[in-house]
Amino acid sequence: MSNNSDSAVGHAHHFTDMDQQREASTLGMWTFLVTEIMFFGGLFVAYALYRSMYPEAFAEASLRLNLLLGAINTGVLICSSLTMVLAVRDAQSGKVKGLVRYLIATIVLGSAFLVIKAFEYSHKIHEHLIPGSSFQFAGPFGQQAEMFFSLYFMMTGLHAIHMIIGIGVLSVLLYQAKRGRFTAEYYSPIDVAGLYWHFVDVVWIYLFPLLYLVSRH
Amino acid sequence: MSNTVHHSVVDRENDYIHAGYGLKSWLLTVDHKRIAILYLISITIFFFVGGFFAFLLRLELMTPAGDIVSAETYNKLFTMHGVVMIFFFLIPSIPAVLGNFLVPLMIGAKDLAFPKLNLMSWYVYNIGGIFALYALVNGGVDTGWTFYTPYSSTYSLSNVVPVVIGAFILGFSSILTALNFIVTIHKMRAPGLTWFKLPLFIWASYATSIITVLATPVIAITLCLLLFERLMGVGIFDPALGGDPILFQHLFWFYSHPAVYIMIIPSMGVISEVVTCFARKRIFGYKFMAYAIMAIAIFGFLVWGHHMFISGQSVYAGFVFSALSFMVAIPSAIKVFNWTATLYKGHIEFRTPILYAFGFIGLFTIGGLTGLFLASLATDVHLTDTYFVVAHFHYIMVGGAVMGYLGGIHFWWPKMTGRMYNEAWAKFSALILFVGFNLTFFPQFVLGYLGMPRRYYIYPDEFQVLNVLSTAGATILGLGYIIPMVYLLWSLRKEKNVGTNPWGATGLEWTTQSPPITHNFEKTPVVTGEPYVYQEEEKVVE
Ligand SMILES: [Cu+2]
Repeated sequence: MSNNSDSAVGHAHHFTDMDQQREASTLGMWTFLVTEIMFFGGLFVAYALYRSMYPEAFAEASLRLNLLLGAINTGVLICSSLTMVLAVRDAQSGKVKGLVRYLIATIVLGSAFLVIKAFEYSHKIHEHLIPGSSFQFAGPFGQQAEMFFSLYFMMTGLHAIHMIIGIGVLSVLLYQAKRGRFTAEYYSPIDVAGLYWHFVDVVWIYLFPLLYLVSRH
Repeated sequence: MSNTVHHSVVDRENDYIHAGYGLKSWLLTVDHKRIAILYLISITIFFFVGGFFAFLLRLELMTPAGDIVSAETYNKLFTMHGVVMIFFFLIPSIPAVLGNFLVPLMIGAKDLAFPKLNLMSWYVYNIGGIFALYALVNGGVDTGWTFYTPYSSTYSLSNVVPVVIGAFILGFSSILTALNFIVTIHKMRAPGLTWFKLPLFIWASYATSIITVLATPVIAITLCLLLFERLMGVGIFDPALGGDPILFQHLFWFYSHPAVYIMIIPSMGVISEVVTCFARKRIFGYKFMAYAIMAIAIFGFLVWGHHMFISGQSVYAGFVFSALSFMVAIPSAIKVFNWTATLYKGHIEFRTPILYAFGFIGLFTIGGLTGLFLASLATDVHLTDTYFVVAHFHYIMVGGAVMGYLGGIHFWWPKMTGRMYNEAWAKFSALILFVGFNLTFFPQFVLGYLGMPRRYYIYPDEFQVLNVLSTAGATILGLGYIIPMVYLLWSLRKEKNVGTNPWGATGLEWTTQSPPITHNFEKTPVVTGEPYVYQEEEKVVE
């Protein structure tokens, strides 16, 4: 979010100083995250409504999700949040080597999450659980289970898109970090990207129990 | 000697318009003032597209029988009129044009916090616009601007997908602008400019931005769900497939009621600036005005259910939504009373902007009071989906929001261009607009009360007189929109001679040259005094 910088470390022309620029980018990201909460919020409302309308169907459909892979992915994302925090810490104290190392670790963990997710999705294709004309679900709850899987794919799909964007942003930052763009004075892009990354992780922390643990009390 | 002449010429051209030449300097600009001009051009095009549809609708309704277009085309016309006017004109109008231009100037900043995002928002707007225009030439869409399911998701054979994608994309341009305003107003105010010294236009822009940021993402996800249902053929809102259409309506109105405030609150900000300037008096009850704006923004989130009194939502929810809707009248009334009190015993100068302000106050009051008829459960059952509703929201959205927008364009035109328009023509067209507007929409209150449903293609003979009156009014109204186009463009041929502050107004935007330089101010201003210190106040002190 650094616009028209005159040099690598200077503040953009329309800000009075570095502090103002840093505060502006942080507030900008927080505001953006509020929009994200409202964006996912619509889906959570739909989920809450249909789960309360069709509790048995949701419980049964949820059993078809792979709990083990979901749990592993939760662990992977929590670790990626840790490496992200460490990246921000090293950026603050100007340790470029550590910053680069932790950014790579975060990107690797994020990609691992997506690979595991892709495996899960491909299993669903084999089991004919993709909503639409090819959907098959034995038992009395076919239509309602399809609703569950519609929401499952919307919610996890949207989350995965956010992960992909996050990995893209971190890759750009990694490239810039390697070229010495960030210093102890100028690191707000890392800080702000970190906020975004944690947000995406937190969304998953809600998605996991809502989707995978419906029938397990 | 020739040197001096040369020098003065260079000085006069030292403004944001002459900061660069050629199309590229405009299309790649990050200057908030130039982006405002880009938006002005885009939304004006959409305004006339939407207006053209309205003209065809009114033409069709001249006679009880269907004669000019087919019933299917009629459905598409009112849908496209609504979609274009609401999403592509009213919602971006004041924020994206006047807000973009004025927010940094009014708070003494060099630009918005994120200039590149600001440019991006204009491109996002136009990409959304291209989708809508594509749907238009490809045969249009017939769902009504509300896209109610399951008709939109399952049964409609028209171009629902491109229009919905267009509206989805467009939402992000509003979000980017709003995010930019929130950060700019929080972090980039000039030294000494505390919150309660801010002009009310800034308060209005801030409140609008908060609503935009909270509500727009909800319509975005709702439209995603609609697309998902339509493209995949699964049931999310379709009751035949286990879905709940009422959920769509809840999510839709959670955005679309606050969206009304996205349209009207910026106008209230404009009117506050204009009223205090031309009454030559301080605004009455400044703090109450600021609080009232925020109260409207907050209450606005709690009343969406008043669009669903007969949709099958629980009656108890209906009670609560009705009561809360009445509450919105309180801050709205505070604003009207305070404008009136500001005018009281003022030395009113009857220039064009205040004529628009008068128009706004009168029409907004009628629109607001008729809103109370619709907020009452019992009367709403009778009036739902009649022309009464159509008249009510046009009084708010055209009589209110568009009057405010035009008043603002006239008020700040000299600042934006350095030129003054022809005052006689401007007053004449303000008058024409007021007359044309009332003639168009007042008969519709009566029609609705008598039971004429909205969105109907043919109607019984006894409604014809009122419909002809309405169509006649629409013709006058259309003229009232075309005349300003002509004299405003014509004014660009004149000399730039309005000076820094042609209205003798307060506010930082009037302390820099017209049109302003690219970085707005030669030196960052420092604010020490209160807002709206007009002469009247000084006389009292003597
Ligand atoms: Cu409403």
